[in-house]
Amino acid sequence: MENFLSGKLSLEELPQHWYTVGGTAFMLITGILIVILLKKTKRWGWLWNEWLTSTDPKKIGTMYMIFAALMFFRGMVDVGMMWVQQSFAADSRGYLTSDHFQQISTAHGDIMVFFVTMGFFFGLMNWIIPLQIGARDLAFPFMNSLGFWLTAAGGLLINFFFMIGGEFANTGWIAAAPFSELEFNPGVGVDYLIWSLQLSGLGSLLAGINFTVTIIKKRAPGMTLMKMSLFVWTSLCGMILVISVFPVLTATTFLLWLDRVFSMHFFTTGGGGNQMMYWNLIWMWGHPEVYILVLPAFGMFSEIVATFSQKKIFGYVSMVCAAVSITLLSYLVWLHHFFTMGAGADVNSFFGIVTMFIAIPSGVQVFNWILTMYKGRVIFASPMYWVIGFICIFMIGGMAGVLQASPPADFQVHNSLFLIAHFHSMIIGVALFGIFAGVNYWFPKIFGFKLNERLDKQAFWFWLVGFFVSFIPLYLLGFMGAPRRLDHYALSTGWQPLFITSTIGFFLIVCGIITQVWQIFVSIKEKKQHLDRTGDPWNGRTLEWATSSPPPFYNFAVIPTITSHEEFWSMKKRGISIQKHYEDILLPKNTGMGIYISGIAFVVGFALVWQVFWLALLGLFGVVACIIILSLDENREYVLPKAKVAEIERMR
Amino acid sequence: MDSIAKEIEIKESDINIFGFWVYLMTDLVLFAVLFACFIVLRDSTFGGPTGAGLFQVSSVLAETLFLLTSSFTCSLGTYAIHRKEKNQAIIWFAVTFALGLAFLYLEISEFATFFQQGATPSRSAFLSSFFTLVGTHGLHIAIGLLWMVVAMFHIGLRPLSPHSISKIFRMAFFWHFLDFVWIFIFTVVYGMGLLNG
Repeated sequence: MENFLSGKLSLEELPQHWYTVGGTAFMLITGILIVILLKKTKRWGWLWNEWLTSTDPKKIGTMYMIFAALMFFRGMVDVGMMWVQQSFAADSRGYLTSDHFQQISTAHGDIMVFFVTMGFFFGLMNWIIPLQIGARDLAFPFMNSLGFWLTAAGGLLINFFFMIGGEFANTGWIAAAPFSELEFNPGVGVDYLIWSLQLSGLGSLLAGINFTVTIIKKRAPGMTLMKMSLFVWTSLCGMILVISVFPVLTATTFLLWLDRVFSMHFFTTGGGGNQMMYWNLIWMWGHPEVYILVLPAFGMFSEIVATFSQKKIFGYVSMVCAAVSITLLSYLVWLHHFFTMGAGADVNSFFGIVTMFIAIPSGVQVFNWILTMYKGRVIFASPMYWVIGFICIFMIGGMAGVLQASPPADFQVHNSLFLIAHFHSMIIGVALFGIFAGVNYWFPKIFGFKLNERLDKQAFWFWLVGFFVSFIPLYLLGFMGAPRRLDHYALSTGWQPLFITSTIGFFLIVCGIITQVWQIFVSIKEKKQHLDRTGDPWNGRTLEWATSSPPPFYNFAVIPTITSHEEFWSMKKRGISIQKHYEDILLPKNTGMGIYISGIAFVVGFALVWQVFWLALLGLFGVVACIIILSLDENREYVLPKAKVAEIERMR
Repeated sequence: MDSIAKEIEIKESDINIFGFWVYLMTDLVLFAVLFACFIVLRDSTFGGPTGAGLFQVSSVLAETLFLLTSSFTCSLGTYAIHRKEKNQAIIWFAVTFALGLAFLYLEISEFATFFQQGATPSRSAFLSSFFTLVGTHGLHIAIGLLWMVVAMFHIGLRPLSPHSISKIFRMAFFWHFLDFVWIFIFTVVYGMGLLNG
């Protein structure tokens, strides 16, 4: 509150360290190159009309994917810097200062969770859920666009400290109080964290509401809940978690900000504040968040296993029950993140036992996947590789989780690299492997051609071997007592060889990522040889394969009536194709409002980081004005006449 | 064609109302967090003013009365919309607006007296959580009032379609929801605060 006009901003905040100058230069040069490219190819109008303002879930899904992939590179650079530091920092300070190392670590966590994993999942859901439930768009197409752009604004803000401020939070990804309070963290790093999470959290919340309502209200006729495919089921579970816990994140980080800016005392060390309140609240969001990151992946594995085993999923009903019980149990386990808080034996036992319970539905799912393969005619297409790799890693990571569910054992490995290895087994082994499997599986549906499978299998081996080489040493180091976020250590600990091994694993993973990028280039180049003209490249079972690849922008010319949870399979068996009796179709118009509102929201976020309150207020008025203008516009849809539909269908 | 369009419109209003319910539930979770903080921190007065010392029964009762009555008049407004009587609806919403404004005025002047007595949000954890919880509710009321103005313009200037009726109903839901939250604030914050003293 130093200065009314510029808040905490001053010229000293411009880039001056090697990493901020580098980051700024990178962002500016990339931006300028993109602008030049667009200008040369005269693609401005195309980009704006066809993509940025689109309300088509398939296109928003693709934008989510591209955004998540960009953030993934940022997150990987971060973790590479950390691993290299740890390999060298035995009896030396390494090349990073402790503070810088902690900032990188925080940024890595937040980026990977909020922008990469959730970004990819929202992308895949946008691609596939409307197709699997036989809908033409989501319940709220505009809100979908707004949700994406808010997430993107959050992503920009989390990178913006490179340009102005030069400092990110050094608190760890959950911004643990009281360390994140003003007393210990007077800079703006924590504020950058808070406001980028506020923006992206709001985006996720909107997406969560949207998908929940879409799945509940917009299913094709005949599709009862127990006729939904498993990806739709697990996504519904994940989205219900999103809408019930993301408000907790919003509230908690907002209270932290109030503490920092208005000297309130929610989580401070003085004034009667209660720090453990922060831990309880953040993990009441944080633990369900873990299941938000894995449940949709479980659904994808179920789809892929059934398709490539050429058999229906084993135990459909038990799969649904397992997903729902995981959802319910996930609300009741948050305290296992801080058994060491000293809540007493009774409380710790309760949460320990409930945590162990989660192993039961998870085990049901694993057995069902294995039993689906059993006596099936398994085709080892590349998505299937990821599924099998996932089951191996999930076993190890899951066992490590059950081990830590026991409070006495947890006391030994609390905040150690063992924990890091455990949750990376979950996030890489389940969420990322699920994403890679899902992208390879559904890519032909969205773009009309298959990705190169040989390169995908190569990438898989790099990832799988790289994963074990980098994380098994972390399990061992954790047992030896190496804490998380360790920026230097004594040579006499004997840890250095394990850290170096772990870093070698990281470079194997990097080879995997390079292979994947190369795979996409090669696939686009060889597009013509891998075109999918049938709309059903894998002999699929669920409804999305019933339409052409890529689907027309209205998804289905005629919405089918559903009779089973493997609708397309039963259609194929009965030899029924979709009727050709067309009707008028009502579709949402494109709108730029999502970008405008998110752009203003970005300015508000930036202004609040730097406490430029007049700008933030002005921005809030702008957002309110946009919403009022939007509410006055009643013609947000257009009718596609049936003659036109028939014409488009004839042309295909 | 016309009937199909109408049918689609009604179906969409149905989706919008359901979606709005889901949103309200997320808002309820947000309030739940603030309530939890308040309940945990209510005794952390850190030597500063306590609830019993600060709260004025008369002003809180007046606020409650205004807000409960406004909920009633808001229902009369939506009932008028049901019967397609635009003028009546506008009158009832205007009354609701006035009552809401009176509530907000009382709340702000209550906060102002607290500030004069040195009871600021930065004084103690109890006051931080009190001002945040009650202030968040007040902010919601302000948003509701703004929405009500837009809705009244809507009713006055445009024909009533299923679409716009659903919009007005959502505004009314929002208002009742805030009333509902207030009942808890009244009991948990003021009622229990005064009794404990």
